[in-house]
Amino acid sequence: MSIKVRYFASLKESIGRSEDNLEFSGLTTVVDVWRSANPNKALPDNSLAAVNMDYVELNSVVKDGDEVAFFPPVTGG
Amino acid sequence: MEIKIYDEPFDPWKEVQGHQCSAQGMAGKFGATNIFIGTMRDFNEGEDIKGMTLEHYPGMTEKQLERIVAEAVRQWPIIDALVVHRVGDILPNDPIVLVAVWTSHRGDAFDASRFIMEALKTRAPFWKKELLKSQAERWLVKNTDGYI
Repeated sequence: MSIKVRYFASLKESIGRSEDNLEFSGLTTVVDVWRSANPNKALPDNSLAAVNMDYVELNSVVKDGDEVAFFPPVTGG
Repeated sequence: MEIKIYDEPFDPWKEVQGHQCSAQGMAGKFGATNIFIGTMRDFNEGEDIKGMTLEHYPGMTEKQLERIVAEAVRQWPIIDALVVHRVGDILPNDPIVLVAVWTSHRGDAFDASRFIMEALKTRAPFWKKELLKSQAERWLVKNTDGYI
């Protein structure tokens, strides 16, 4: 299955990419997506994750075509 | 209910006036309008700030803000609401955010706009990067709790 991964703000800067397009087979969670895309970097503790623009827990299961996003705590307003 | 994201400066007073004038059937129905405007300071955490870049997640921003306003509508008898937020390069004294709520009575207007603003601060995917007078840049790490 195909998963689009997006990164924002300081997390985007620290890994040097704004997005990835990855292929997976079998049961895959959000944190599996991070580990596959960034095998040499642990996800920072305070990071947030979204699937299809809704907040999710890191153990949420992803499905084909999902857009998974990782980003630091939000600071708008 | 209206949500707007601007990548250039906006005038919050004109936004409120324009929205109120164009809202169909609202005249005579509302008795309270509560307006919150967040403006960029030229100082933060002991540093002089020259400017700021506001990044966001297009699509998720609107989705989360629409959800927040819908939650407010379920909790309070809101006649109308307007949320406007800047993105891009921002200078001190530029308005960053506007939340306006129209209700029949003042308590609901105060409470609903406070709810929308605090929820925006914790859930809407915006990120601020400050440019200091020293030319150094820094990302804000997290928003403070507005109720403390």
